[in-house]
Amino acid sequence: MIGTATALLAGVAGLFVTAVAAVLLARRAATTRLIYSAALGLSLFLLAIVGRHLLIQPPAVSVLTLPVGLPWIGAHFRIDSLAAFFLVVVNLGGAAASLYGLGYGRHEPAPHRVLPFYPAFLAGMNLVVLADDAFTFLLSWEFMSLTSWALVVVHHRVADNTRAAYVYLVMASFGTLTLLLAFGLLAGPEGGYAFDAIRAAAHPPPLAALVLGLMLVGAGSKAGLVPLHVWLPLAHPAAPSHVSALMSGVMTKVAIYGFIRIVFDLLNAPSWWSSMVVLALGGATALLGVLYALMQHDLKRLLAYHTVENIGIIFIGLGLTLAFQANDMGWAAALAMTAALFHVLNHSLFKSLLFFGAGAVLTATGERNMEHLGGLIHRLRYTAVAFLIGCAAISALPPLNGFVSEWLTFQAILQSPQLPQWGLKFLVPAVGALLALSAALAAACFVKAFGVTFLGRPRSPAAAEAKEVDRLSLAAMFVLAALCMLAGVLPGLVIDALAPVTDALLAARMPAQASQSWLTIVPIASGQSSYSGALVLVFIVVSASLMAVAIHRFASRRLRRAPAWGCGFPDVGPQAQYTASSFAQPIRRVFGTLVFQARETVEMPPPGDNSPARFEVSVRDLIWDGLYAPVANSVDFAARHLNRLQFLTIRRYLSMVFAALVTLLLVLAIWP
Amino acid sequence: MIIDLLVQGGQMALVLALAPLLTGVVRKVKARLLRRRGAPVLQPYRDLFRLLRKEAVIAENASWLFRVTPYLVFATTWVAAALVPTFATGLMFSWTADLIALIALLASARFFLALAGMDIGTAFGGIGSSREMMIASLAEPAMLLIVFTLALVAGSTQLSTIAGYMMSPAVGLRVSLGLALIALIMVAIAENARIPVDNPSTHLELTMVHEAMVLEYSGRHLAMIEFAASLKLLLYVSLIACLFAPWGLTVSGGGLAAYALGAVTYLAKLLVAGGMLALFETSIAKMRVFRVSDFLGAALMLGLLATLLLFVSRSL
Amino acid sequence: MTSFTFDVAHFLAGGLVLVSFMLLYQDRLYAVLNIFALHAFVLALSVAWQAYVQGAPHLYVTAGIALVFKATIIPLALHRIIRRLGIHRQIETVVGVGLTMLVGIALVALSMVVMLRVTQAANPLAREDMAFALSVVLLGLLMMTTRRNAVSQVIGFTSLEDGLVLAATGAKGMPLVVEISVAFSILIAFIVIGIFLFRIRERFDTVDVQALDHFRGERQ
Repeated sequence: MIGTATALLAGVAGLFVTAVAAVLLARRAATTRLIYSAALGLSLFLLAIVGRHLLIQPPAVSVLTLPVGLPWIGAHFRIDSLAAFFLVVVNLGGAAASLYGLGYGRHEPAPHRVLPFYPAFLAGMNLVVLADDAFTFLLSWEFMSLTSWALVVVHHRVADNTRAAYVYLVMASFGTLTLLLAFGLLAGPEGGYAFDAIRAAAHPPPLAALVLGLMLVGAGSKAGLVPLHVWLPLAHPAAPSHVSALMSGVMTKVAIYGFIRIVFDLLNAPSWWSSMVVLALGGATALLGVLYALMQHDLKRLLAYHTVENIGIIFIGLGLTLAFQANDMGWAAALAMTAALFHVLNHSLFKSLLFFGAGAVLTATGERNMEHLGGLIHRLRYTAVAFLIGCAAISALPPLNGFVSEWLTFQAILQSPQLPQWGLKFLVPAVGALLALSAALAAACFVKAFGVTFLGRPRSPAAAEAKEVDRLSLAAMFVLAALCMLAGVLPGLVIDALAPVTDALLAARMPAQASQSWLTIVPIASGQSSYSGALVLVFIVVSASLMAVAIHRFASRRLRRAPAWGCGFPDVGPQAQYTASSFAQPIRRVFGTLVFQARETVEMPPPGDNSPARFEVSVRDLIWDGLYAPVANSVDFAARHLNRLQFLTIRRYLSMVFAALVTLLLVLAIWP
Repeated sequence: MIIDLLVQGGQMALVLALAPLLTGVVRKVKARLLRRRGAPVLQPYRDLFRLLRKEAVIAENASWLFRVTPYLVFATTWVAAALVPTFATGLMFSWTADLIALIALLASARFFLALAGMDIGTAFGGIGSSREMMIASLAEPAMLLIVFTLALVAGSTQLSTIAGYMMSPAVGLRVSLGLALIALIMVAIAENARIPVDNPSTHLELTMVHEAMVLEYSGRHLAMIEFAASLKLLLYVSLIACLFAPWGLTVSGGGLAAYALGAVTYLAKLLVAGGMLALFETSIAKMRVFRVSDFLGAALMLGLLATLLLFVSRSL
Repeated sequence: MTSFTFDVAHFLAGGLVLVSFMLLYQDRLYAVLNIFALHAFVLALSVAWQAYVQGAPHLYVTAGIALVFKATIIPLALHRIIRRLGIHRQIETVVGVGLTMLVGIALVALSMVVMLRVTQAANPLAREDMAFALSVVLLGLLMMTTRRNAVSQVIGFTSLEDGLVLAATGAKGMPLVVEISVAFSILIAFIVIGIFLFRIRERFDTVDVQALDHFRGERQ
């Protein structure tokens, strides 16, 4: 019987072979279909292997060591329950994206730029989750970043994409630098890079704190934690839509896997004040992400900023886990971590679905700008249904899955008055308020996204003549939509599946949910709080049907179509309806005046003058202006001045070498 | 088992039957305070029947979402209203959803109503939807913080458990509960589109929020939406009654006499609440729209303060 | 001292904090005066309850002073002065209402932390009452610093003083409370009059009421 790790590595090797094949078979007609089918098949194969592994009770650990990489260690690969869960997330996303790509890839103008890197990207993400020593981890992480960068620059002639790719490259390198430092600190002077060695070693608290900070910066920048999120809304929309889905829905989760693996598994020395940092960052990220998303009128950029918000929610859950763990409240820590991991799964599902929908809209109309769309619910019928399910799921509406993970996070917050530290006592209610605020704003954001794009009347000819996309893309979207509904109705299954993960990391788990009646979930104790998604769905469906039947039987069922009422005013045309900016205006005025320094100016011509009025909104990104622009300027300044070193005479160079030699000798002389 | 099912069904029918009555009482008392005779108290029932029998006229470019939304809104609001204890706690399906799920159910109704407002593509729908989402973005977190306060006091988010705790002598005069009550009243006014947040009887487009979203509906669709709005008002009144004035609530399985007493006290609470709402609405003017955000921001702050006090005072 | 009496005292102290927040929320001058009268009324209730519970009759006098002076006379007088002088009725704030309330919450949290740390050995409810009193003081200071209108600054100062009276009556055995509150109220009256006189002088270069008649019809 082949070990699980071996089978998984075989699958990953298959993905590499596919990538090479894409290079060799470039510019042929059938290559697109071949590559995406291969990627789909391999992702499903990996999913099956992981699924088989998960069914083994008690949870097993499978390791493999290959004689590549660093000579004295080799490359270690390991699959345990945490890796298994994240592999499910990665490969589910990969399979869905490949299925979507089978349909969407036909419209790609430069397939030879996409196809080699796509399977390589999938392979890189799988390898990061499988890696069991620092070198393999970092190598796979960089490989993942570079392949996704290559996918971002596919459409390099579009003006913004080169800048997006540049910012992405800088931030990714910065992230890898911090991870390198973190692993260096963890491995220590003996160079014990294997994760087993790091797990066994004892880490003094200052070191653990430093490593946690470095991980927050490194993994957080890849996940999209404020203020390191700036590359995300630039790079994610620039890539082709199925790659955007992978980057937003899956790659950010791989970053979270890195954080969980290092902080909870390798370090395992939680301190309560580090949980405060994580909680504060998570809360700020959640609120800022959704406020940024509300200001956007580019559909894909809105989705990318919204990813930032969901990452904030996941980090809130992880911060709560750290706080509970530091205070020996294992059952509450299990609840918080289950909430965070459930949200990881949910987000990968519905964010991929939404990006697929945005890709379908882009294919059908050629537009990403919501201000030029509208009325697509009549033209793209099936896409609209799938996108609506995605919007409802992400807005945390019962009985879909987004609500369950949010409900679990709130239950975890309600356990926190038992935490003794004062800082936490003040921070946790504030973070709870931030979470509630961002959940409500997310619903507003997606009413805007769906309402302006799909509802109303078409605002441009492209939107008026859109055609429905092909069946494979639709299939991918509906599979994800079905999974969202299933996860919302059967949350007990997911919670029970996550129990081995929390058991391995925290030595605690939530109570078994499978035994509850009516598919209810009970996070702490029956009678304290419970929720049954299935029953809520049944109630809603039954009451709606009951009323529909009663009305159609006993009251009228006549219907007549007529011009829109509009309070009796004559219709001016589709230009009179609300645009994305106008929808966001009340919220921009309430929140944006402070957070973005949003200012509106209106220039009205005097009465009798026929020239149009002018309305201007200025919004500033304070994080970019306050943090990145000064850093970029100082680097520029230093570079310009250091550039003078390029143009020295030979004598000057010789004097520099001479001075360096003399300094070294001096140091050698003085050093005790 | 059958008795429990019948009692649960009875509660669902009761809220359905009493919702238009509450609206009628509020309108009648308001009219009387303005020295008018006012329509009879049972007029909302007649309005609903009239609307149900009429032909529905919808815009030419209305989509399937426009036609499905009234049923969805009604169903979610009815399910939510049926979960709030009216005359008895601990009913058969009361553990299906707790307070947080209740708020989320109302949020679903609002989500679809806002989408329906955007569907036709007139400026009025846009006004209603965007203002409604702004109000919701502040009212919903305020409501969640109130739920936190109650859950921290009573130790659970289940409505039956909280109502039971509020009835017991263990709860004292707590500052957090007072703040939560004031915040809940503010949120209830905002969510039900009452003066001073929104005028439920306006026909001026610049003052509309809820009315603007449902401007294009007619016939049976409008009947369902109006019914859902009455149900929402009943829900909030029942919520305030069962949480802060729980006298008369019995526990499930208490017997027919206890149920009857509970129903009578519930009716009395509804009438009192309706009268007080009408009095409040008549004595205050409507706020301008961007003052509503300050108003709800204040409710949010009160909820946060109440939660903070509970977090802090646990250690004493 | 039963727990019910403690609960009521606690409730009234919390109510005073709530009314301080309401003061921060208002944006019209007449509303501020009305809420200020409510503030003094709640203070009078609280002091009267303390007088009843502690059996200290001189506190009834303090309650009476608060009720008569601050809840009735001063608001009425300010009403008439404002109407006579035609002062702009909108209050201009330095920062928005939302941000002011957020800072207010942070100040309440701060006063809780400080008070609960300083008074380690006292009764838990008494400690929270002290924390509430400190919050009222801080909220009064916040009102003074975030309002551009002189009248609202004076009101902020008076509400600050209300907080001090609350603290003083909460801690038992402060015999000079009556005298101190009378002195403060007279001080306030002089400050209010002084501010108006200076404003008038600055605006019209004269305090002579005859000369002011020439400027009638002019708005600020």
